[in-house]
Amino acid sequence: MRQKPPEPLGSEITSESLYLRRREFIKSAAFFTGTAAAVGAGLQLLSNRPTGGDGPSLLATPGEAPKVVRPRGPYDTDERATSYEDATTYNNFYEFGLDKGEPAENAHTLKPRPWTVVIDGEVNKPQRVDMDTLQSWFPLEERVYRMRCVEAWSMVIPWLGFPLAGLLRRVEPTSKAKYVAFTTLKDPEQMPGQKYPVLDWPYVEGLRLDEALHPLTLMAVGMYGRVLPNQNGAPLRLVVPWKYGFKGIKSIVRISLTEKQPPTTWNRSNPREYGFFANVNPEVAHPRWSQASERRIGELRRRPTLPFNGYAEQVADLYKGMDLRGNF
Amino acid sequence: MASPPHPWLKPAVLVGGLYPLAHLALAFAQGALGANPIERVLNQTGLLALILLVASLACTPLKVVSGWTWPIRLRKLLGLLGFTYASLHFLTYAVLDQGLALGVILEDIAKRPFITVGFLALVLLVPLAVTSTNRMVRRMGFPAWQRLHRLAYVAASLGVVHFVWRVKKDLTEPLIYGGVLVLLFAIRVAEALRKRRARSSAQVPARSV
Repeated sequence: MRQKPPEPLGSEITSESLYLRRREFIKSAAFFTGTAAAVGAGLQLLSNRPTGGDGPSLLATPGEAPKVVRPRGPYDTDERATSYEDATTYNNFYEFGLDKGEPAENAHTLKPRPWTVVIDGEVNKPQRVDMDTLQSWFPLEERVYRMRCVEAWSMVIPWLGFPLAGLLRRVEPTSKAKYVAFTTLKDPEQMPGQKYPVLDWPYVEGLRLDEALHPLTLMAVGMYGRVLPNQNGAPLRLVVPWKYGFKGIKSIVRISLTEKQPPTTWNRSNPREYGFFANVNPEVAHPRWSQASERRIGELRRRPTLPFNGYAEQVADLYKGMDLRGNF
Repeated sequence: MASPPHPWLKPAVLVGGLYPLAHLALAFAQGALGANPIERVLNQTGLLALILLVASLACTPLKVVSGWTWPIRLRKLLGLLGFTYASLHFLTYAVLDQGLALGVILEDIAKRPFITVGFLALVLLVPLAVTSTNRMVRRMGFPAWQRLHRLAYVAASLGVVHFVWRVKKDLTEPLIYGGVLVLLFAIRVAEALRKRRARSSAQVPARSV
């Protein structure tokens, strides 16, 4: 005899309305999650602009320590150096992108060897020299310098390089030489940012001859005991520690001595905000922000900015009698 | 055409809208914001404020164009989220960036147009946030409330100007937000003109009788 399956208890039966509401609930939950995720992801996508620090690509051009590292020079600061990672992933180098994280990601397309530097203009010995040859002319010195960006942040970087003065003496400036003009490589294949007319490419910078001959002025080929990473201006860059960072032109292919003050990139782009001299001066505000204080990368609190970035004792003489508000 | 109630819609937008804040706070606590974390927080909260303000201003035009009513239900929430991020942006500047150095902050606001304009935008948003409740709408009367809330357009426009002046080079991104605002404004103007014409053409035969 077949037995009828037992009827479920009345209390166990889900009422139809509850059953429908349950479906409604699941549907709502799915819409809720989907919408929340879409809104969150959309906002994140539109607003999240990493400014360096999270790419492993900083070692895309791993630097070998150069063979000759001289002991520290007489101009070093003993302030703690910025971390290598910060100094190599937080860069203004518009040839590789406008955000500070982009140069570390994109600069692998630059080929720092072979590399030729042209030295010409008002010199007795103009020449075109291979980078390795140029570097072999001078012993390398380590210089630990403060670096102050016009954007009111700063770093402390141990550079490896040689004084520009040595190079200039070697090519013998003529009596007409008053300024030194520098030019960065222009090659949109190697420097993809140059495909966009953000600035007038190639980047050019300049110094007065006495500034260029100052013993603090360095041509750097390395930092932190390693070869200069591409995003920091390989294979050859200028370092002028008492001036805002944009004067420190990167990836130099030409050094010309001139009679007239050379037009320089940021000064041409916006003369109201970026002067030719660009000396660090806490008393002359940038039109959009004060320069009285700065944030050292790696620290949260601001610190007061020093005249000439702390190098007044060495360089203030160069500007005696000059109006540093007009000639900023 | 009314939309179904979608009870999940507002909570979902709230959670999604606060997600970047949670992400940012966590990354800040973990030290994962790169070499200049304060700059990161400043830039991101500022951008989020602008995006959410533009989004809240897009609700009405979206309804006009599509006929959907659900965007209207999000307008207030998006506006308040935008105000929240704008306030956080200012607090980041005042507390984290300037360490509450009042003299410097006041000098910045008074002397540097880029900061003046940003601060003005935030100030304009305060009365809008305060009057955002239904009770305030009733107390003020809808026409007066609506007139006041047109300040949101001024605030968002100032936000775009603030962004344009902040950028050192490449104005593409701020100009995109500016363009969207202009488009949203144009839709409103076109709709207002259409309504006025509809009203006057409805009145003409009435008068001729």
